[in-house]
Amino acid sequence: MSQAEAARRTSPLWTLGLFRSELLTTFRRWRTLALLGVLAAVPVLVGVAVEIETGDGPAAGGGGGAGPAFISQITNNGLFLVFTALAATLPFFLPMAVGVVAGDALAGEANAGTLRYLLVAPAGRTRLLLTKFATVIAFCLAATLVVAVSALAVGALLFPLGDLTTISGTRISFAEGLARALLIALVVAASLIGVAALGLFVSTLTDSGIAAMATTVGLLITVQILGQIPQLDALHPYFFSHYWLSFADLMREPVYWEDLTRNLGLQALYAAVFGSAAWARFTGKDITA
Amino acid sequence: MGEASATERDGADTVRGAEAGDGAVIATRALTKRYRGGQPAVDGLDLTVPAGSVFGFLGPNGSGKTTTIRMLMGLIEPTSGTAHVLGRPVPRSARAVLPHVGALIEGPALYGFLSGRDNLLRYDAADPTADPRTRRARVAAALDRVGLTAAAGKKAKAYSLGMKQRLGLAAALLQPRRLLVLDEPTNGLDPQGMREIRGLVRELASDGTTVFLSSHLLDEIEQVCTHAAVMARGRLIVQGPVADLAAGARGRLVVTTPDTGDAARVLKEQGVADVVVTEDRVTGEVPGRDLAEVNAALVAAGVRVRGFGAERASLEDAFVALTGEGFDVAG
Repeated sequence: MSQAEAARRTSPLWTLGLFRSELLTTFRRWRTLALLGVLAAVPVLVGVAVEIETGDGPAAGGGGGAGPAFISQITNNGLFLVFTALAATLPFFLPMAVGVVAGDALAGEANAGTLRYLLVAPAGRTRLLLTKFATVIAFCLAATLVVAVSALAVGALLFPLGDLTTISGTRISFAEGLARALLIALVVAASLIGVAALGLFVSTLTDSGIAAMATTVGLLITVQILGQIPQLDALHPYFFSHYWLSFADLMREPVYWEDLTRNLGLQALYAAVFGSAAWARFTGKDITA
Repeated sequence: MGEASATERDGADTVRGAEAGDGAVIATRALTKRYRGGQPAVDGLDLTVPAGSVFGFLGPNGSGKTTTIRMLMGLIEPTSGTAHVLGRPVPRSARAVLPHVGALIEGPALYGFLSGRDNLLRYDAADPTADPRTRRARVAAALDRVGLTAAAGKKAKAYSLGMKQRLGLAAALLQPRRLLVLDEPTNGLDPQGMREIRGLVRELASDGTTVFLSSHLLDEIEQVCTHAAVMARGRLIVQGPVADLAAGARGRLVVTTPDTGDAARVLKEQGVADVVVTEDRVTGEVPGRDLAEVNAALVAAGVRVRGFGAERASLEDAFVALTGEGFDVAG
């Protein structure tokens, strides 16, 4: 038996073929491309709006509510469009896109019937779930980078680039600003992990992709609304969106880490809790679709 | 391709060793599935599928065939009882067993926005024992085998039902398999397509692959299967070689003649029991004596015989005899 087992000559690396296939399948879906297209359009809109608004004269601080102190600086430095665009898309557009992709991950396969063929291939339930989770996280990163790169391109096109001033008032070089922008994009992508895990769990509960997507996006909106109600103050620190805008702290000098680490810890907690729940549900489930 | 088959044949030995015990490719004991709060969908199933057989799994819609197949493929957890596939327990050892099993379950399911070829590449990538170096060659061979090479680059959503069915079959043939589980494989195919699929099944069986074929079409089972099992309302009614099953329902002697009255009288004299006259046909149980003598007696009595012979019982007769009901019972 063990001798024959050795003769199987499979490679542990082959297991990654599913991840590659999953990435290709996800990013070739028309819906995924449409979501990324919408995300790429947001910085264009913001950039053009700022350009038109300030065509008459220099901006007088305190602009859009979402990006604290960022939007007013765009006309001085296009790099600030990256921060503004991320601040504008993080509350809704980015998590909504992630919710759609995560919610559809397993429920969509069940809906199409392809899930049963993946499982008899046999993909293995844990392996398939991990692959789906990894792919959704890859999508979080891709979506965030699409916003950031689009914003950088628009910013460079419409506004001057150069050294910039941090929130704390110190000057940093353009290169360092660019490095911080990349770091911020990574933190924003990591901020979406909680929604990703939640969406994946919802996805194991139903055989309808649409229902899973709608539920995930609905939960997102609910949490955002509850986050505005002061009477629920005690609960707010447990909402996945509570520390989202802490990424702005990366633009302080020195960087203010407390909320950033709290945010990452909270996202890890969501990933652990809902990842485990998704695993328990998916590995014990009868696949009848 | 040659390299691939060598690898996979070695892999096949892994499971063959464990199974040497009883030679059954599928063996279930008291296998039962009860969905939440309902009647059992499958009730105390003891199924034995011999290695090398083409096994027909018969039953009307809703009789528990698909639930059984899903349990065998590890998709559904049995409520009680055990199931062994290729000598190993499922669903526990499903990941070791399933690479040797090709399956078509309740019709094909495809990614409509991917081409036929990309669909197969994806399903092959899902199998951790499939060598990525031979993937493209194996996909091309599977497409060729089901006659889809020309349509391989077309998006699957543009496929006809028959083409989807073929692509589903191709997915089951991506690797050399020891067991093929085909759930209603000719559904949605035109007569020509059905003939091709049956030809393919025979070809695969002659290579030594065990084929487990579910169908609600009796003549399909009769044409291709060596063994069969019949299910109704979640229970197994009978299983065994097709020839034995059909023999269970006795054939009848049929005489076609304009002189039905005389013929019936002579047949009774000759010891034929249960003589029935319908229009120009007289039928009765096949007697123990030589049929040539019965025929000679008819002719000697001046009966004008147009046709004379024993009609073989069909599987359908067997089914009616076993269940006491017609076959097309709604689930």
